[in-house]
Amino acid sequence: MPKITMNINGRETSAEVENRTLLSTALREKLHLTGTHIGCDTSQCGACVVHVNGKAVKSCTIFASELDGANIDTIEGQASPDGTLNVIQQAFQDHHGLQCGFCTPGMVMSAAALLKENPKPTEAEVRDYLEGNICRCTGYQGIVNAILAASGQDVPSIAAE
Amino acid sequence: MPDGGIGAPTKRREDTRFLTGRGKYTDDFTPQNTSYCAFARSQVANGVIKSVDTSAAAEMPGVLATFTGEDFVEVGGNPAGWAIVSRDGEPMKEPKRPVLAHGKVRHVGDAYAAVVAETLEQALDAVEAIEADIDEQDAVTDMASAVAGAGSMVHDEIETNVCFDWGWIEDNRAATDEAIKNAPHVTTLELVNNRLVPNALEPRASIGEYDPGTGEYKLTTTSQNPHLSRLLIAAFVLGIPENKLTVLAPDVGGGFGSKIYHYSEEALVLAAAKKLGRPVKWTATRTESFLADAHGRDHVTKIELACEKDGTFIAFRTETMANVGAYLSNFSTVTPTFLHGTLMAGNYTVPNVYVNVKAVFTNTAPVDAYRGAGRPEATYSLERVIDKCARELGIDPVEIRRKNFIKKDQYPYASAAGLEYDSGDYDSLMDGLEKVADFAGFEARRAESAKKGKLRGLGVNAYIEACGIAPSNLVGILGARVGLYDAATVRVNPTGNISVMVGAHSHGQGHETAFPQIVADMLGVDAQSVDIVHGDTSKIPFGMGTYGSRSLAVCGSAVFRATEKIILKATAIAAHMLEDKPENIEFNDGVFSIKGTNKNVGFGDVALKAYIPHDYPIEDLEPGLEETAFYDPANFTYPSGAYASEVEVDPETGKVTICSMVALDDFGVVVNPMIVTGQVEGGLAQGIGQALLENGVYDDTGQLLSGSLMDYAMPRADDLPNLVVDHSHATRCTHNPIGSKGCGEAGAIGSPPTIVNAVVDALSRGGHDVDHIDMPVSPSRVWAAMNK
Repeated sequence: MPKITMNINGRETSAEVENRTLLSTALREKLHLTGTHIGCDTSQCGACVVHVNGKAVKSCTIFASELDGANIDTIEGQASPDGTLNVIQQAFQDHHGLQCGFCTPGMVMSAAALLKENPKPTEAEVRDYLEGNICRCTGYQGIVNAILAASGQDVPSIAAE
Repeated sequence: MPDGGIGAPTKRREDTRFLTGRGKYTDDFTPQNTSYCAFARSQVANGVIKSVDTSAAAEMPGVLATFTGEDFVEVGGNPAGWAIVSRDGEPMKEPKRPVLAHGKVRHVGDAYAAVVAETLEQALDAVEAIEADIDEQDAVTDMASAVAGAGSMVHDEIETNVCFDWGWIEDNRAATDEAIKNAPHVTTLELVNNRLVPNALEPRASIGEYDPGTGEYKLTTTSQNPHLSRLLIAAFVLGIPENKLTVLAPDVGGGFGSKIYHYSEEALVLAAAKKLGRPVKWTATRTESFLADAHGRDHVTKIELACEKDGTFIAFRTETMANVGAYLSNFSTVTPTFLHGTLMAGNYTVPNVYVNVKAVFTNTAPVDAYRGAGRPEATYSLERVIDKCARELGIDPVEIRRKNFIKKDQYPYASAAGLEYDSGDYDSLMDGLEKVADFAGFEARRAESAKKGKLRGLGVNAYIEACGIAPSNLVGILGARVGLYDAATVRVNPTGNISVMVGAHSHGQGHETAFPQIVADMLGVDAQSVDIVHGDTSKIPFGMGTYGSRSLAVCGSAVFRATEKIILKATAIAAHMLEDKPENIEFNDGVFSIKGTNKNVGFGDVALKAYIPHDYPIEDLEPGLEETAFYDPANFTYPSGAYASEVEVDPETGKVTICSMVALDDFGVVVNPMIVTGQVEGGLAQGIGQALLENGVYDDTGQLLSGSLMDYAMPRADDLPNLVVDHSHATRCTHNPIGSKGCGEAGAIGSPPTIVNAVVDALSRGGHDVDHIDMPVSPSRVWAAMNK
């Protein structure tokens, strides 16, 4: 099995993987980074989105063996080492952008990629960008509000009632 | 009220682990020495199993064991949880549901063999090597054909595809028939409540473990209802003693009903773990979820509404065929009956209701409760036929509803469908809806849409549902094989922090945040000092799990009752500490005081005294501060609501765009408004999905055509509008101690008819003679309706 070395969340990490092993599987099974979730088998759900060399990628669409030397960012590396949530994570909590939590890692990683390329998206742009991430719980309302809030824009208070 | 008590929009504590990738879902656990299980599933919908040869598979690299239906002939089957009696007095037909198919396969995805291997890849490879000789037979997927017995029988031994033919209420049948015969106006509508695939984002998964040293089993599984799984596995399927079986449901990635039930995969990994003495893990692919999870809805209904010329309702009568699929899933028989027929009077003072439901076996995946479970089907039928009736009589759809609403001074109200509604105020909800949804501005918005060439419509809906199914003595009479109470233990630790063991399971509902709010409110302590324990049968007294919007109303009430017991005992301890009688002690904001004095002692000191009982009156007072309550509700709770939606229809393509979705709900007392809002929003998305996008479709041979996320249209962020949710028009539930009614399913119940009503309204205003379009209201269906 090929041995690959990746920089994951700022740390050099090596693993032996079969040529057919997907990045999503390698992260979960070989590196025990189970924050990246697998929700489907057709690259539709987006629960496995990570960043590869700074770009959002569904980690079920790429072989781990192709990633020797790559920089990978996963949900586990988003908060500060002391546990402080980053702006996007905090906005998800503040605006009830998650319920069961299963889609959440992919949503947060997609949101980070969106705000990197478009720091002040409109609501329509947020909804459009999330087309590749399915959430079955929230109706996306809290997620959209969270991402708009993380970009510094005003959104309705969650508990208006 | 302390900060973070009942009514506070407290942010969710569980979010921290989910947002940092530290949630622990079943598939995230890999015990030492884990082996992996994969299933051989039928590719045909109906077939006679002539032979299953696993000998080649058994020789494959890494294979540890193989299983076929033969291995489970001697064990029990997965039972139905509710016995229904047909209107002729015959009990329902209840064919056995084996762990692995034996003799016949009955739907695509029906598992007939399994392999356990060192790695998942080896198990999957070995499944490919299983030689199965399955003689394909004609499948029956269409309910009318199945009822007619035109094709083959799903279960040969029962000689019919009709599981039961149920009437509700049979004594009302003649009067209802007579009322409809003599009515000045009758509106009739035939409609389909489309099959839905739940698609919780986490696929099901199970890990079986067995300790030969102690004889103890452990099942870690994706369950909304771990105690039910333990009970069924113990009493019906494998016969493992309950005291030797722990069922863990750790973080669960959504359920929506589909994870209430016990599934065969759970039994198989336990049996395999026993055989191998190693942990055995199975995780579904999404394809397996589509093929083998319990689906939802799938009713075909004819409904008649009889009324006076002024729109006063006289009678509702329905005939429904409800698909139960190939086997009876645990709650598949109660969902189309008592969770559906009993709601068929809606929010209205209609005097006559009669409901007939035939449950039909077909060669499709089992159908069971899915978010709303029977109540969306009832609401959809009622609210569609009412809209059609209003149109026929030329009455405003809001006015016809108001004319027939039960008024707020009529509670408790005995409905013609057999329920006693305890509270509500439907006019208040409709008043609020008219303002929040700005009915007055609709014509101006319609004119704007018309300028863009779009047809705009306004749809309204009123719903009532029944949550927290209960009480046990009533449901027992009606056929339930389980009780429907819930349980909680409140354990005050010596240092004053509190663990609360609850029978409800949280898989998105935020119990870890909301339940402590109740305890904190009652004890006057910081909610952060209260933790919930759920999803572990070894730690929790008992529980009936989370479904039917029951967690707060039933389990929350158990928490309330247990906390009351804590206060009672703590008062006795405080009285001892203050050297007075308990009846002279009052408890406010976490402090016990002698009435009328400033002599007092804090809750924390009382807790410590309970565990360090030096100088304790041992004859009168036990050490410790821990109390358990089992709460069996006196009645269902009855949330209600009024919803409105505006849609735009593109007449060129038939595409429907939802411009607004407004939901006003009466949930009684709201513990955490942020969480409640999120629950409604999620329900709305699923209801909108049903109305516009989702459809579980089988072809005539029993192949699931919409069997992947590329074929089954799940709502995405850009399919949905901004959702407007308001739960300020509340009336207390009168019979539970919190006053709450339940909010988990409302959105999915109220929204589908709202949207279809809006689409029909848009087309009608646009001059098209269209009185109904079946869901999902897809562009092709809308275009065809406009161009018929």
